Amino acid sequence: MIKRLFRRLAEPLDPWLFLFVGLLISVSLITIYSASNGSVDKVTNKMVSVSVALLAMWLVANLKPAQLMWLAPPLYLLGVVLLVAVELFGITVNGATRWLNIGIGRIQPSELLKLAVPMMVAWYFQRHESWLQPRHYAVAAAIIGVPVLLVLKQPDLGTSLLISAAGFYALFLAGLSWRVILPLVAMFLATIWFVGDFNRCASVFHDYQCHRVQVQLDPMADPLGKGYHIIQGTIAIGSGGITGKGWMNGTQTRLDFIPERTTDFIFAVYSEEFGLIGCALLLALYLCVIVRGLMIANSASSLFGRLLAGALTLSFFTYAFVNIGMVAGLLPVVGVPLPLVSYGGTAMLSILIGFGMLMSIQRDRKLIKR
Amino acid sequence: MSRYTVLRDHHGERFSFQRRLLVVLSVVVTGLLVLFGRMVYLQVMQYQKYQTLAESNRISLVPIPPSRGIITDRNGIVLAHNYSAYTLEITPSKLPGKLDDTIESLAGLIEITPKDRRRFRKLLDESKEFESIPIKTRLNDEDAARFAAQAFRFPGVEIKARLFRQYPMGESASHLIGYIGRINDADMKRLEAESDIANYKGTDHIGKFGLEKSYETVLHGKTGYEEVEIDAGGRAVRSLRRTAPVSGNNLILSVDIKLQQIAEQAFGTRRGALVAMEPATGGVLALISRPGFDPNLFVDGIDPVSWKELNESPDRPLNNRAIQGLYPPGSTFKPFMALAALETGKRRAHDSIGDPGFFILGNHRWRDDKVDGHGLVDMNKSIVVSCNTYYYKLANDMGIDLIAGFMGPLGFGSRTGIDLPGEKEGILPSQAWKRRAFKRKEQQRWLAGDTISIGNGQGYNSYTIIQLAQSVSTLVNHGVQYRPHLVQYIENSSTRARKQMEPQPIKRLPYKPEHIEVIKQAMVNVNLAGTSSRAFAGAPYGSGGKTGTAQVFSLKGAKYNASTTREDLRDHALFIAFAPADQPRIALAMIVENAGFGAQAAAPIARQVFDYYLLGKLPAKPAEPLPDEAPADSAEGTPLENFMQQHRHD
Repeated sequence: MIKRLFRRLAEPLDPWLFLFVGLLISVSLITIYSASNGSVDKVTNKMVSVSVALLAMWLVANLKPAQLMWLAPPLYLLGVVLLVAVELFGITVNGATRWLNIGIGRIQPSELLKLAVPMMVAWYFQRHESWLQPRHYAVAAAIIGVPVLLVLKQPDLGTSLLISAAGFYALFLAGLSWRVILPLVAMFLATIWFVGDFNRCASVFHDYQCHRVQVQLDPMADPLGKGYHIIQGTIAIGSGGITGKGWMNGTQTRLDFIPERTTDFIFAVYSEEFGLIGCALLLALYLCVIVRGLMIANSASSLFGRLLAGALTLSFFTYAFVNIGMVAGLLPVVGVPLPLVSYGGTAMLSILIGFGMLMSIQRDRKLIKR
Repeated sequence: MSRYTVLRDHHGERFSFQRRLLVVLSVVVTGLLVLFGRMVYLQVMQYQKYQTLAESNRISLVPIPPSRGIITDRNGIVLAHNYSAYTLEITPSKLPGKLDDTIESLAGLIEITPKDRRRFRKLLDESKEFESIPIKTRLNDEDAARFAAQAFRFPGVEIKARLFRQYPMGESASHLIGYIGRINDADMKRLEAESDIANYKGTDHIGKFGLEKSYETVLHGKTGYEEVEIDAGGRAVRSLRRTAPVSGNNLILSVDIKLQQIAEQAFGTRRGALVAMEPATGGVLALISRPGFDPNLFVDGIDPVSWKELNESPDRPLNNRAIQGLYPPGSTFKPFMALAALETGKRRAHDSIGDPGFFILGNHRWRDDKVDGHGLVDMNKSIVVSCNTYYYKLANDMGIDLIAGFMGPLGFGSRTGIDLPGEKEGILPSQAWKRRAFKRKEQQRWLAGDTISIGNGQGYNSYTIIQLAQSVSTLVNHGVQYRPHLVQYIENSSTRARKQMEPQPIKRLPYKPEHIEVIKQAMVNVNLAGTSSRAFAGAPYGSGGKTGTAQVFSLKGAKYNASTTREDLRDHALFIAFAPADQPRIALAMIVENAGFGAQAAAPIARQVFDYYLLGKLPAKPAEPLPDEAPADSAEGTPLENFMQQHRHD
């Protein structure tokens, strides 16, 4: 009886993915406990949000890909409508209008789009899969572009880049021509190069806009602000050495040198205490999740499943890469949490719902096989 | 990669997808290898360096706040500057015992006034746990020495040298210079939003009012920092590198502080406002709002008692009447109405009306203040004797759309854009405005009677003194309108290089020169033979002016009570003027609140201002209030009637 119940519960879950996710969450709890100087409250809170997110993952995993497909357009439209609502009646905090007040609390619609955009692109390609033509890629680009522009207007550069990345992955996997991709990449790099130099940038844009980009690209230009994070984060990582200082023993952490150390900068705490070996393990775990995700994409039975699974997996990689790259001083400081590890419920929820979709796609394949 | 096959090539598709997955996988692996490589670089190759930094010495960045730019008037007289002084500061989190005990023992050593204590309490509420809070500012050398000898008894208390802002002019020009105050939570949020927070590390103060606020980014400068090695106990071991702060830029105003003070003194104890400016540049020469306040009170954090006093005073000294006070312009509106009549072709200058002493529309009668009327009145006479009937009729002939259409571009009812925060918009009455302003349908309709009082600057008209000053300037400047501004130059505090704030003509209004000439001449005649002729008698320069009277109430809070508010019910005296007559170098608008029926109370102040500006003549003594005389020019009806009418509108 209990065995049956357990089987029913475990049945929709992909064991490999579930194992890796579980390990990453364990890393998260251990590190948060240390980063918050042994706060049981923080760990308990985190466990509550983990439970909620796992439940959501399980529920989504129980759906069929066909149901996900059916959900894609309404979710996407809802997301866009909510973004327009943010534009009209949003709450402004620190000069950015990103939230909607829905009575019980605030929601940030741009989070929804991180999932809805790849779903919608995959849905669109599935509909036209037998005769994909260049104009279909143009329509798909518009599907991505509308929410991206709305988010950009909030303004939220980081999230709009992440949403466009998620959409772009689906486009790429659907077979977007290299003749389009290469110029796009070249344009992206050229833009960075162009705005990267203050004088070049100031010849076209306002000084203050350029100043902002400057600080983003070169944190050392702002040593008391963002540069401070980088300097302290780098010291924390470097002083971890090969074996690390040991759990709860990071001096940079203890002495309050690392800002935002349970959220965006949690990797600095982790690598100070667990060293190169710990970092290698963590990166390996991320690689495992990604490989498993790509395997699911590869074996998916429909184009929708392939594109969605691939895009979600690559988005996950992007979050991890951007966060670690930022903490390690390779990338500009942008507000992206370390997926599944940082404290913070919303990000975890949307990532686990994404994994729920992956599991749904994987399960569908199994059912067909049988 | 467009495919036109109608038959699906599943294998080809799969293959292409798998190829792409491989590309993706190699990107992922490369990305993770790059991250791993970075870890190896930091944790293996650079380990020694970072280990040293983290373990034995930890780098701390100590901010060095820049010194704030100074503010001077056009002649270089200092209006706001900094000086260094010792403060005695307590860090509550570092105290071994109770805060009160520490303060008591300190009081045994150094005099700590009740005011100091109140201010300390207030700052304590606002500050964070680990911040050090001044208990006494501006310690003299003796106090500093006495504390230094006993300092060992007071852990958590220390003497710091800080730069203090000082306003040597005290109350004078306080509304335009403004003041700085402690950075509070709201300021922090704003700085964060503007990504400017790092630049305020180590800075306690920020502009809160006046120019100190509107030019905050110019005045503040750039924070420097020092990289300091600190040991495990948090003590500084040595300085590694120092990046000097960049001082804020100085402001050089177009204001002449002498002129400002002469005008302020001329106001005496009366409430009011005055704005004088150069018509040809928009540079403000004086901007007065009386009563004033002492901005120095705010610098160390104002204590609650002084704040309550300032904030709750019925005279509202913190209100900048020049840009925030809204008043009907009264008869000072007439020259603009006359110009509108000429420009729109509704009147020619020599067209005359017969004034019987009233104007009738429907069954309502609007009275002139001369009971028998002024007889035959043309445009020049209508301004010189301030004939109400002429303007009742004119307003009726023009209609509200034409009036609003003319006054809007001239600047009435919209912010002038002066470089001060908090400017009010005022109300330029129009049909659209009335629809917006009233809730009930029947109130929203524009009535023909509404227009009648508009022509005399009464009714719904509601403008700031600076709008009036700008309009006079535009009029005498051949229709070229400038944005009024207080700052003339921004000066780099180290190189002394000056950047001129360009006079910004907003627009050129296409008035016919001969029309402007008619109005200017009529205003010259007012000062020669009209209501303000007495104040300008014997002036060696030509000048033009127009007096006005207006009734204004603070409708919020003040309940009407005839026995207690009689004084408040007195008319306000308004005056607009310019000089010299042929090539005006100065134009002004002013109001003296509750000056009774004395437009005579305002014109003498303008005379003193002109005398000083044009001749360098100092006034012999502050203006004496003149005895009340029969009103030469006042609104229709008695003040009480006006009051009732105003309330009917609301």
